Amino acid sequence: MEYFIQQLINGVTLGSIYGLIAIGYTMVYGIIGMINFAHGDIFMVGAFVSLIIFVALGLAGVTFVPLAFAIVLIVAIVITSVYGWTVERLAYRPLRGSFRLAPLISAIGMSIFLQNFVQLAQGARVKPMPPMITGGFTFLEGSDFSITLSWMQIIIVSLTVVLMAGFALLIARTPLGRAQRACEQDRTMAALLGVNVDRTISLTFVMGAALAAVAGMMFLLYYGVIDFYIGFLAGIKAFTAAVLGGIGSLPGAMLGGLLIGLIETFWSAYFTIEYKDVAAFSILVLALIFRPYGLLGKPEIEKV
Amino acid sequence: MSEVQTRPRVEIAALLKESVVAALVALGLTVVMVGMKTVDQPGGLGLEYRWNWVAAAVASVFIGRFLFALWRETRPRHAAERGPSRQQRMLTSGGDFIRKFGLWFSLFALGFAIAMPFLGGPFSTRYFIDVATYVTIYIMLGWGLNIVVGLAGLLDLGYVAFYAVGAYAYALLSTHFGLSFWVVLPLAGMMAASFGMMLGFPVLRLRGDYLAIVTLGFGEIIRIILLNWYELTGGPDGISGIPRPSFFGLDFSRRVPENGDTFHTFFGLDYSSMHRIIFLYYLILALALITNWFTLRVRKLPIGRAWEALREDEIACRSLGINPTNTKLTAFSIGAMFGGFAGSFFATRQGFISPESFTFIESAVILAIVVLGGLGSQIGVVVASVVLIGGTELFRGLEEYRMLTFGALMVAIMVWKPRGLFSFRRPTVILEGKKIVGSQAGEGSG
Repeated sequence: MEYFIQQLINGVTLGSIYGLIAIGYTMVYGIIGMINFAHGDIFMVGAFVSLIIFVALGLAGVTFVPLAFAIVLIVAIVITSVYGWTVERLAYRPLRGSFRLAPLISAIGMSIFLQNFVQLAQGARVKPMPPMITGGFTFLEGSDFSITLSWMQIIIVSLTVVLMAGFALLIARTPLGRAQRACEQDRTMAALLGVNVDRTISLTFVMGAALAAVAGMMFLLYYGVIDFYIGFLAGIKAFTAAVLGGIGSLPGAMLGGLLIGLIETFWSAYFTIEYKDVAAFSILVLALIFRPYGLLGKPEIEKV
Repeated sequence: MSEVQTRPRVEIAALLKESVVAALVALGLTVVMVGMKTVDQPGGLGLEYRWNWVAAAVASVFIGRFLFALWRETRPRHAAERGPSRQQRMLTSGGDFIRKFGLWFSLFALGFAIAMPFLGGPFSTRYFIDVATYVTIYIMLGWGLNIVVGLAGLLDLGYVAFYAVGAYAYALLSTHFGLSFWVVLPLAGMMAASFGMMLGFPVLRLRGDYLAIVTLGFGEIIRIILLNWYELTGGPDGISGIPRPSFFGLDFSRRVPENGDTFHTFFGLDYSSMHRIIFLYYLILALALITNWFTLRVRKLPIGRAWEALREDEIACRSLGINPTNTKLTAFSIGAMFGGFAGSFFATRQGFISPESFTFIESAVILAIVVLGGLGSQIGVVVASVVLIGGTELFRGLEEYRMLTFGALMVAIMVWKPRGLFSFRRPTVILEGKKIVGSQAGEGSG
């Protein structure tokens, strides 16, 4: 039982990170109907920027943890957003109205480019990072197994909840959110009514990248090691989460993220750790067979 | 009309502002990622600063953007002055040459490929034939993937999985059961095809982008299984000692068995290690040509036309009574089958295989070949393989920049010349009297 609860806590933490990345997939898909293949690599860029800024702050002598945390968060969000904007500008905007496969292929090219760019710029070695936030609570001590809930896990989950709530408000209440929903329904009509479609799409990419930056920072702090390849697997899993929850739906992305995190954690805990990535892919295939529009999504109606 | 109107005044201030914005973006992209490099130090990570690189990047983006904007503002405004439109150019450029000389070029390339080992000089060296074999493997893989991506319009990002299935099928069957290459070759193709069908069946009903990511995941699954199923595949150690193919039962070994012949004794030649190298080269050349021949033929059959029609418009196909799932499934599994053949050849040529040869990078390279050559173009694949794979061989020192260039090229090609860099392919069937107009041509017929 204790083991089970411990895995539940770990799974929810991992799921929060996947959920934040999945929101980026689902928002972009909602607005332009395409998968942003480079999103996993945007997440990786976010993790790397966080690492570099942490190291720089450490060298500059900033030792007060909350301050360092805040600076890293802001810088990572800004820099990663620039990356997200650039990806849209270079690989998506010139291709509106091109044939169906074109944006997919250019996004894959972008993903390959980003991976190799980071590898060349920062080296192929795995980058370690000493734990910054340690400690936590321990429950049910005394028996053969005790449950720990670390500060890091609390921060990750609560930050995710706050960001999710903020985003739900942003989409539902602000003019930007309204413009996004309008573009999602009918881009031409939205443009006719005075919505700047290009700008709205750019901002959607920027928002996705900002969330991916937060996810990247939390991944770095939680696991303590990153390399240029992390975006690949994390990207596929977050995409699986978005599909499982219903692509195009924000709460769906979060739910899907949690489910994928839990499935992966329990799979590694009770079956085999080697095949944990296989579990996520099998879920993806199963979801596509039995419920292609996801748990919370609406069936897509094909218009001629 | 007066001349003043056609050449509006260039507003330098606006151009400068635009360039400054571009330079700021470049600064944002590079200041952390390039400007500060994390280096391993005793007791954690340290930083190494490279501000001069950042300055160089920002300056070149500023100047480049300014020149580009200047060019954009000063070029002729009217369509007539500017010459053929972008779409017209897309239809003709690169295509002209291929259309006129395509047949001659293919015949010349074929003749050269066949005669190559006997031309003497640098062409007959062991190194050159090895490189040519290597390039031909990629040509074959490119042709196989072209069926899936170019003809049927299905984006397959896990093509290397079928290559791996073919390679392991041959390696396992020959080392465990002693089956010969010629027996295993069709089996390996069948196995790869059935893997393709198994994977394709659930996902081909769905939109193209789902297929892309599921095939990507599938490629990874195959690699993870190969890596972890130690009892069967040897895990990361791979399988070694894979037997070489024979020439109709004649081995290429120096030692002659007691009751029988080897290649050199049967034909009364002196033993030379080159025999096997040349034989392997012809073997892959033949396999690749079979793939090409098959594609060219099948494009004229109802199934091939259905693939191309499906790529253009799935709804129209369904209303005409074409079953989209079955049609896609055939394209997918036939593409997989050729991948499996190429995999078997790879295993027998290397004599050793491990999961390292079947990473996502391989899939990306094959896809880059198909995309750069021009989706659906058979000659394009050949030119792209020779340039990309042969070129990499020439510039070994620049190996680390290879994938970076491939990625950038894929984006650039899609933006500027979505019909491919080297070649052009017209639709296999065109109705009489119907012209291809720009908007239709844009829709994936490249």
